[in-house]
Parts: sequence; structure tokens; C-alpha cells
Amino acid sequence: MYTPQSGDFKLVTDRNIALDENFSSQGYWKGVAVHFFRNKFAVTGLILVSLIILFAVFAPIVSNYAYDQIVSVTDTSGKEIIAKSLEPQFGDGSAQNFFADRTFIFGTDDMGRDLWTRTWHGARVSLIIAFVAIFIDMLIGTSYGLISGYFGGFVDHVLQRFIEIAGSIPTLVIISILAIFMEKGIGLVIASLLITEWIPMSKIARAECLKLKEREYVLASRTLGAGSFHIIFKQILPNTIGPIITQVMFSIPVAIFTEAFLSFVGVGIVLPQCSIGSLIEAGFNNITILPYQILPPICVLAILMLGFNLIGDGLREALAPKIEDM
Amino acid sequence: MSKYIAKRILMSVLTLFVITFVLFVLIRIMPGDPFPVERMSAEMILQKREELGLNKPILIQFADYMTLLASGSFGNGTSLYNGAPIKPILTACLINSFKIGVLSILFGTVVGLAIGIVAALNRGKFLDGFCTLVSILGVCIPSYVFMIFLQYFFSYKIPFFPYFFDPSNFMASSIMPALSLSLFAVSTIARFTRNEMLEVINSDYVKLAESKGLYGFELIRRHVLRNALIPIVTVLAPLVVSLLTGAMVIEKIYGINGVGKLMVDAIAGQGVDYNYVLALSIVFSALYIGAMLVLDILYGIIDPRIRLTTKEG
Repeated sequence: MYTPQSGDFKLVTDRNIALDENFSSQGYWKGVAVHFFRNKFAVTGLILVSLIILFAVFAPIVSNYAYDQIVSVTDTSGKEIIAKSLEPQFGDGSAQNFFADRTFIFGTDDMGRDLWTRTWHGARVSLIIAFVAIFIDMLIGTSYGLISGYFGGFVDHVLQRFIEIAGSIPTLVIISILAIFMEKGIGLVIASLLITEWIPMSKIARAECLKLKEREYVLASRTLGAGSFHIIFKQILPNTIGPIITQVMFSIPVAIFTEAFLSFVGVGIVLPQCSIGSLIEAGFNNITILPYQILPPICVLAILMLGFNLIGDGLREALAPKIEDM
Repeated sequence: MSKYIAKRILMSVLTLFVITFVLFVLIRIMPGDPFPVERMSAEMILQKREELGLNKPILIQFADYMTLLASGSFGNGTSLYNGAPIKPILTACLINSFKIGVLSILFGTVVGLAIGIVAALNRGKFLDGFCTLVSILGVCIPSYVFMIFLQYFFSYKIPFFPYFFDPSNFMASSIMPALSLSLFAVSTIARFTRNEMLEVINSDYVKLAESKGLYGFELIRRHVLRNALIPIVTVLAPLVVSLLTGAMVIEKIYGINGVGKLMVDAIAGQGVDYNYVLALSIVFSALYIGAMLVLDILYGIIDPRIRLTTKEG
């Protein structure tokens, strides 16, 4: 029998070893980030969305006007003039007399409010609605899907039948029923998003859970005595996070669009509050006479939708890269 | 096959029934009365409640409503505010919406298919890039942005088409609404067709057909398109749904008297008109579930594998 001696293992002092840097292993999230930033479209989307968010956060703060402030000046005869329907001007004195030194980057609306401030305030309202609604949807949908997928059998059957029926009610019907029970405004928009948007989220979570619950680590965890909820939320949930984040990125533009759509047809945000949708609605009413009014909110909406969709596409590819993309 | 269809029809009818019941109960448990109480004496209110059958148990009310529905009328069949009968107005609106919807789906499918096929056949070339760009923009940019711009430029700046919808001049005035409503369908179908075509073109059986000497249009029609079309049926379902929401916007923009406008008027107008909301909700749900049913059955006919996999679920 061999007895180990002190000279058996020697510390390697020669540090001159070639390390494989090209194909060295990298963490999962680092890989995702590398993939994501290599995608030109996704980066464009990220930049667009970041710009809009920056403006939505800071533009109303640094603006000279409040979003619901009716701008007016006193003319030579001491009368107050309201800055109604001014075209965009930059304080160069070229436009209407009494407002020659004022700057209205997007012009003013037909009530005399600064459209620059209103647009960014509206973007802020729309973004807040979208983020809040989708965040809660993520919580509801993910838990629902994971529980349904994990327990399977009877629980799954009942939960899935419920989704089948809930999913076959058109969104419009849900909104109109909500409109009966609730005041028009932010609450109605958020509620209708909450009721409709969690369903796709839960379907994805369930599908992922069905795949993952047969894995060894789940079995190992159960053997060690872990309870169902520990397994669902501590073991399975972290592994489903990729597809769920992708779904969230695709749900946010849907939420922004739904808000804009509801406000446009007249069951969304009420005055003097404003959102992208209500600004488009106001602009649409004056489109033939004052076409400059509709441009800013419509561009913001289009950029947001495009940006979030591009980010979502990029994330989907980065989280589940196919061989051909590598 | 017939068993599958029967099961799907039964499920749909059941779902519609449950939805109707839930909607009915929700509307009936609302506090207050569905008529202007402040202008009526207590006696009149009692009489009106009696007349409308509102003092009966809710299940009996529901049964009454369902019998009336089965005979084709919606409850007592009038608007709460102006007393106008629901059925003729609803029918007229449905016909308007239906015409525009069918037109836009037809247009969307044909143009979308064409764009997708052209893109797939010119893979990697300029045309492909152009088509991809169009479809990405179409999916990402909300349809009503397009609708507003199309109306502004082609009906106002260049008055080529009528600004508003006019039923007496149907052909000319429905082109713009149908066109703008179909943009989402065009881009979705184009993107889907392109991807499916590429998958089929690279498959072994197409290579075999090619090696047997088949080429050009005949190859595309007989082997590629036939197999690529199957999954496209699946995107039609969400498109039909998006038509309903799109209809609400397009009907506001072009002033069309359709179901979307009717619904908006019922919930956003002077007050909520419960009779209209209930009737419209039932019609919407029935349309939606019906469309899903038809597409499901169609899908089952085209692709026999679906029936086998849905047996369990």
C-alpha cells in the first residue's frame, strides 16, 4: 500500500500557461449581455427607450411651465392674452407678437398649454401606467402559471379551464364592464390591463414549469425535504426568469398601446391629466387646422412601441440563442 | 374528426353561456336602478321595476333574458336613454363593421402573402430587407398612427378619397378605412409567411422535388406554399380579434356607424347604457368565440396532427 509523501504534489510555479480566453466560460447573464449588445436593432431600441424615459423624467421638471398651466401674458393695453394654438417657436421673435420671447418647442394646444411639457408629462403617465400594470401582471401571471404547472392534475385542470374561459372574453367586453363599475381615468386603464395581460404571462410560466419540474435539482430539493412553495419560488422561478422578462418586454408596448387606445376612444385619462393617448385624441380633433399638435405625442408613442419591441426581440434572441446566431 | 368538432362546439357554447351569465349577473348586481331615479316618484320606480321584471330573482331574470335572446331580441330591446330599439340599430352597425372587416382581412391576407412570398424568394437581397422593414414597422408602430396619417394625407392634403365613410358611396369611402385597418394584418402575415416559406424551401422534400426537375411557379405552388400556409391559419385568429379593437378606432376616425362606435357611445357617452353594453358584449363574445371555433376546426382539417395532440388537453 502506498503512503502519500510530501513531494507527491508540487505547487506549480510556472505561471506561463496558455489560458483559453476566446472560449473561456462566462456567466449566464454576461453571455446574455454580450449577445444583446451585439445586436444592432436591440441596442437602437434600448437607446430610443432610454431617451424617451430620460425626457419623461426630466423634461417636466426643468420646463418653465406646468403641464396644466395656461400660459398667458399681459399686452400693452393691460389685457391678458392666452397663448392659444401657437405653432412651435424658439423665442426668436419671429412668431406672434406678445409671445415673441417665449419658447414653445412643440407649440401650445388650443387651451394655451405648453405642448412640450404636456407631451413629456403624458409620456410619464403612460410609462407609469404600463410599468405598474405589467409589474403586477408579472407577479399574478407567474405565480398562477407556476402553481398550475407544478401541481398539475386536478389543480392544473381547474386553473386552465378558468383561463380558457377568461381568455375567450374579448378585451373590449372586459373594458366596457369595468367602465360600468369604475370612474374613467387611470384606475380604469390599470384595471383593464391587470385583468387581461396576466394570461399570456401565466401560460409561459406554466410551460416553463412543466419543463423544469422533472429536473434533478427539483428532485434533489424535494428529497432534502423542501416544501412545494420553496421549490416553486426558490428553485423553479429563478430558472424561468428569462422567458418571463422577454414576455414583460413585449407586454409593455401592449400596455402603452392599450392606454393610448382607451384614452383615444374616450374611456381613459380625463382632463386636465394627460397621457399619450389623450394628447393624440386632442391633436386628432384639430388635425386639419393645427396639424403640428398631433405630431409630438404620435412620435413618442411610435418610438416607445418600436423601441420596446426591438428590445424584446433582442432579449428573446439573447436569452435563447440559436446555434446559427452564435 | 366529427367527435373533435362536436367537442369544440360544445365547449364554445358552454363558454359563451358562462360569459353571458357572468355579464348578466354583474350588470344586475349594480347598485341603483337603470333609469333616471331622480326624475321619478317612488310609485313610478316600483311600477317601472315591475314592468322591467327587475324585482324577480336574478336567476329567473336570466332565464327570461335567455328566452328573449333565443328568439332574437335583447331583453326588452330598447336603449335606456332614448328608447331606441337595439336590434335594428345593432344589425345596421354590424353590417357596416362586417363589410369593412371582411374587406380589410381579404386585403391584408392577399398583400401580406404577396409580400412574404416575394421576401422569401429574394432572401438576403434588397427586396427582402425592404419587406422585413415594412413588416417590423407595421407590427411595432400602432395601427392608429397609420390610420390618422393615411387619412390626413390621402383624404385631406390630397383629397383623393372621401374624408368620412359614406354608406351610399360604399366602394370609394371604404377603401381608406379597410386599407388602414389591414396594415397590422399585412405586416403580421408577411413576417409569418416569409419565415414559414424559408423553412419549407430548405426542407428535404422540396429539394427532392427540385431534383426531379420541378421548378419555378409550379414548385412554389404545389410544394412550398401548401405547407407554408398551414401555420398562417394560426395568426388569423389574433388578427380577427385585433380587428375588433381596430374597428373602434377606425370607426371613430372615419365616422363609421359600426359596432365599435356603438360600444364607445354606450360606455363613454352621456352615461352607461346597460342594455346596449349587455347586448354588444354578448355579440362581441359570440363573434370572438365563433371566429376561434371556425379557425380551430379549419386548423384541425388542414393539419390532422392537431386533433391528436388536443385529445389530452
